[in-house]
Order: sequence, then structure tokens, then C-alpha cells
Amino acid sequence: MDIDTFFFGIYPYIAGTVFLVGSLVRFEREQFGWKADSSQLLDRKTLRLGSNLFHVGILALFAGHFVGLLTPHGVFRSLGVSDLTHQVIAIGAGAVFGLTCMVGGVLLWRRRMFNPRIRAVTRFMDLVILDWLLVTLALGLATLPVSIGHALRGDASVMIALAEWAQSVVTFRADASLLAGVDPIFKIHLFFGMTVFLLFPFSRLVHIWSAPLTYLARPYQVVRAKYVRYR
Amino acid sequence: MKIRANFALVFNLDKCIGCHTCSVTCKNVWTNRKGVEYTWFNNVESKPGVGYPRHWEDQDQWNGGWVLKDGKLQLKSGSRARRLINIFMNPDLPEIDDYYEPFTFDYGHLQSSPLAEAAPTARPRSAITGERMDKIRWAPNWEDDLAGPFEERARDKNFTEVEKAVYAEFEHSFQLYLPRICNHCINPACVAACPSGAMYKREEDGIVLVDQNRCRSWRMCISSCPYKKVFYNWETGKAEKCTACYPRVESGLPTVCSESCVGRIRYNGVMLYDADRIGELAAVEDPQDLYEAQLEIFLDPNDPEVIAQARADGVPESWIEAARRSPIWKLAVEWRVAFPIHPEFRTLPMVWYVPPLSPVQTQIDQGALPTEADGAIPKVEALRTPMRYLANLLTAGKEEPIVLALKRMIAMRSYFRSLNVEGEKNTAVLDAVGLTEAQIHEMYQLMAIANYEDRFVIPTSHEELRHEDFHALQGQNGFTFGNEECSVSLPRLFPERRKKTVEVQFTREPQRLRKAG
Repeated sequence: MDIDTFFFGIYPYIAGTVFLVGSLVRFEREQFGWKADSSQLLDRKTLRLGSNLFHVGILALFAGHFVGLLTPHGVFRSLGVSDLTHQVIAIGAGAVFGLTCMVGGVLLWRRRMFNPRIRAVTRFMDLVILDWLLVTLALGLATLPVSIGHALRGDASVMIALAEWAQSVVTFRADASLLAGVDPIFKIHLFFGMTVFLLFPFSRLVHIWSAPLTYLARPYQVVRAKYVRYR
Repeated sequence: MKIRANFALVFNLDKCIGCHTCSVTCKNVWTNRKGVEYTWFNNVESKPGVGYPRHWEDQDQWNGGWVLKDGKLQLKSGSRARRLINIFMNPDLPEIDDYYEPFTFDYGHLQSSPLAEAAPTARPRSAITGERMDKIRWAPNWEDDLAGPFEERARDKNFTEVEKAVYAEFEHSFQLYLPRICNHCINPACVAACPSGAMYKREEDGIVLVDQNRCRSWRMCISSCPYKKVFYNWETGKAEKCTACYPRVESGLPTVCSESCVGRIRYNGVMLYDADRIGELAAVEDPQDLYEAQLEIFLDPNDPEVIAQARADGVPESWIEAARRSPIWKLAVEWRVAFPIHPEFRTLPMVWYVPPLSPVQTQIDQGALPTEADGAIPKVEALRTPMRYLANLLTAGKEEPIVLALKRMIAMRSYFRSLNVEGEKNTAVLDAVGLTEAQIHEMYQLMAIANYEDRFVIPTSHEELRHEDFHALQGQNGFTFGNEECSVSLPRLFPERRKKTVEVQFTREPQRLRKAG
């Protein structure tokens, strides 16, 4: 087994399994630690800009990757989106939200490292996951020049290869050979990105599962009954 | 009509001496842990003052509580969507410095410092970072007994429409203590604001709690509570609040703060209310009508119709009986001497306050003040504390109910003074405030004597009603390991550890039984 087969044929499943099973186990066994772990009480100054930019950026990036990589190729074509248009949109949106996220992330990182109160309440994993996300993000941004080069040459083949690889992974037909002609920077980014999923259940990222969207439809008041009702 | 019972309290401010015993006992029981050093589920403020956290009453700053929007109730912090948009950074959340930076002192230095000319000192250290603090600049009772410049304290919201300049003069200053805990509101804003649904009101006793396992630190409850009585534990990342000492209350004991109150100012009891009318009565147009609206939501526990409906709605008999004897009902509804704190927040709070008389004894002795006919008890208009100030605190600015309450408390004194000093009872003072002799004697018993059994009428919880067949669970709960709580668990993802009692199979009948049979 060569190294590519491991990282792009097997590692995705290791990361994915740890991500899903780990999340389930933690939700089941350790819900007390399942939280966003906000530190806003201790310092709010940097947070208005930092947290908002970071979160908006990263949510947009996630949505972009999800839709862009996993939508079957034919769907874009039938919607009249040519490969080149797809690539230009991906580069544009990726750059804008990547930078948004990066600015926010750096603000958060600086706060976490150098604000004495925040530093005091920082756990090891908080720094690991923040650093890891920022490196992944930096690597993602570093792919932009390469992608722009492809786009200028009118060559969407790498983007298509990446999408097909991602689809091969989620359909359990992982084919590492699809990435044969892809620049190393993409592969490193992929590795860091997959590792985020591996680290996910062990970090505060689990709060993403609990995004409280149901709140929009919930009645205001919550009443819980202790007594069993026979009626 | 849907009847629910609510655990409720009354604090008699007329008797509070500001000793902070309630705060200290509460702290020792509930918040002597890392992450909640700054947290006081119970605190006592000296008023006028900005309080704890600073300016908590100012909802233009914190956007707590409810407002009417197009005739409908909405949280002041906006729609549900607005709170979700602000979830990455809640613009209404106080910072820890709005409470105070928790601190401890270098006590060890007192013992370990080398021999020196000057006596060693224990300097403050931050409880968060452990670093030395240059100076302590604020703490929960920093304004205790009117400490600090009047200009600062005068930013107290209750001075609205009060000519406050005059109270800056020493001769005209006034003061009252305001002990505060969670109000366990009928229409809690914190519960309504919690995006993850971790906060809830208990159906049986109305106590508002945070489910620690479901809290996700979205922190909307903290800003939405207009009383700022939900706190953020910065160590666990979870919201925490006054639990109304539910483990005690369930056993029929008063809350720790009530039990330890040396002034005997605290009353614990049960109120029945109509849960179907919350939306309607919390949304009355004029904030000054909210006090009466809340009186209206309470149901008369002596009314046979109410009793029948309460039974039908599953209120246990002992709770209906407790509601009949409730000191809260007497103080709040029967005698109208207790009031909800800041009813204009529209949360229908369940901790009510008896406003303080503020005697001016020296001036009465000098004959400089108008008194009642007995020449000893001041007229309500001559009290130090401006009526409007009390009204801003307790009735959204409506003075008449406060004046009547104070007049009744004065009438009680006048009547018993005539009885005990002059030897003949003066019932005219009672007629003037619309109370009967029987009522005034009962009022005297509850408010002046304030025996333990009268102050605390707390029915125990009915644990047996938690299970369809409570015998079925005997021997299955108790001490457990790991994350499992000592309670019946929800359906679980993974197979549970065997907890069922193993049924002992007798291979043959025990000797003694056979003989006896």
C-alpha cells in the first residue's frame, strides 16, 4: 500500500469513523462537556469582530466545500453552470470567506494566547483545535494561487478530480488514484481537513452538532414535569 | 383554567438589617467552587445604588426581560432569529468586571514572610488568572451602607422621576437593603431565551432550573434575565442559577437563605395560579397594571371551584392545603403589603417584597414631623424614602398601592401601640386602611412575631408520583458510577450496565417459614 492509498483511501474512513462514533459516544456518555465553552464573560472586546468573522467565514467555507465537492458533476452542468464558472465561483467565495475566517481566527488566536484571563481558562485541546483549524485554513488559502493558475488556463480538471475523489469517499468507493495529478498543496490541505474531523469529538467543536436551529420553532416556555400523568 | 402551583417567597424589607447572612450561607452551600467565585445566587444590595451586577436594572443597557411589540410579548433582546444571529457574540452579555473580578488574598505570606520591620500584608490575587491584583476596585456589595459618592449611586434606575438632588444631602439621605435571589418567574425570560432548551420551569413547584447536561453555553439566558440572576460558570462553561434550594424545599425545608435569615424577613410558601392566563396577563398594555395583573393570575386557594380544578390538574392535596395556609397569599393578596420586584419586566416574578418603613425618630421626638394621632408614629408622607422610589422598584411607578401598604403597616403599629401603651384599642386606624381587627392580629403574628411555622409553609414533594409504580424501582437506584445520574435514565444509545435487582431464587423454602406455616 503506498502512502497515497493510505491517506486518501483509508484515512478518510478512519477520520470519519472517529468523527461519527466519537461524537455519538461523547454525546451519550459525557454530555456535561458538550458545549461551545464561550469565554465571552471574561473578555468581550475582541470577540465582536473576531468571533463573528471567524464563524461566518468557517460556516460559509463548510457549506461551500460541502456543496461544491459533493454535488454530482452533472447537476451543475444541467443547471447551466460550466466547469469554469464553477471554478471561478469556488475560488472567489473561497478567497472571500477564507480571508474572513482567517482575520477572525487570528484575532481569536491572539486573544486566546495573550489575554491573561482567556489564557488562564484555555485547555490544551482548545489551542490544539484552534491552531489546527488555522493551519488548515492557511493551507486552503495557499491552494488559491494554484487554482487561479488552473482557472487562467481554463483547466478545471483538478477541481473535478477533487470533487470526484470526495464523492468516491462518501459513496464508499474511495479511489486515491483520482488524486494522482493533483498538486501536493491540495493533498496536504486534504489531510489537515480530514484530521479536523478526527479531532472533532475530542474538542469543543462538538457544539456544532448542537446548533440550536430548532429554537426558531420552539414555544418560548419550557415546562418539565416530574410527576407521571395518568390522564 | 389550568392550575399550577409555584413555590414563592416574600422578603420583608422593613426588617432587613443588611447583615448578608443569607448571601454567605447561600455562597457556602452553592457557589464556593471554581468558576462561580464571582457568583452570588443571593446578594444584598444597599439602595439607592447601582447594584450587582452594575446597573442590572437598566434594560436599555442589557435588553433583559420582555416588551410588548404590536400588543404581543417579545423578549426585549428581539426575535428568536436575532438571538441566533448574535450567538457568536452576545452583545447584551455583561462582562465579569460588571460583576467584579473574583479575588483571594496571599494569606500564606502572613506566615511565610521573613522577619521584617513592617508587618506582612496579604495582597489580593485574581481568582481567574492567579495574578496579583493591583487594587480591588469593585465587589458585590461595594456600595454597602451607602458607600461611595452619591453621584455614582444616583445612577440607580429607581430614581426615575424623582428629584434626586435633594437626597444627596446627608440630612435627607435614605437607605434600604434589597436582598435578591432568582424570582422563579411565572413567565421567565431566561427560559424563553435559551436556544438549546436547557432551561425549564418545573411543573410541580415552578422552580426554574438549568439542565447542566443540556446547556451548551449559548449564554442568552444571562442577558435575557432582567434581574441578572442567571450566571455563567467560566470554568464549566455552563449557566448556573439559584435553585430555590430544591433539595431542601422538596423535603419541606425552607431555602438556606430563608432558614438562616437572622431578621426573619423571609417567607416561603405556595401560590396557585392560572397557567392559561400567563400570556394574556403578562401582556397588559400599561406597565403600571402589571402588579394588579399578577394579583389576578393568582387563584384563591379557598375557592371550591379552584380546589376542584387544582385536583383535576394533578396538584397534590398537601399542596392545596399549603396554598390555603400560604404566608405569601396573606401578604401579597389578602393584605396587599407585598409587591413583585420590577413587574414592568413582564416576567411575573414570584419573589415579592414588603416595602420598608423608614422612620425619622429623632425628628418625631423633636416634634418636627407630622405624626398619627398618637404622636409617636410618623405619617406615611413623612417617611424618608420617597414613595416614587419604592414604586419604581415594586409597582412600575404606581404609588397608591405602596402608600396603602405602608399605611397598613403603620396602622398595625398604631393599633398595637394603643393596645399596649394606652391600654385601649384604637380601631379607627384600622378602619382608615380597611383592615379588621382579626386581620391585624394575624398580620401582627406573621409580620412582627414571624414564627418559623408561620413563615415557612412548605409541602414536601411527592416523589412517589414520579413513577407509575414506585415499588417497581425499589433497590434499583442509589449510588452509581461514572456519568450516570442517580435517577431513572432516558432511553440510551448503548446497552445499560445491569442495574436491575437480581431476583433471588430459593431452591427450597427457608426452614423457618416452613415451620411457621
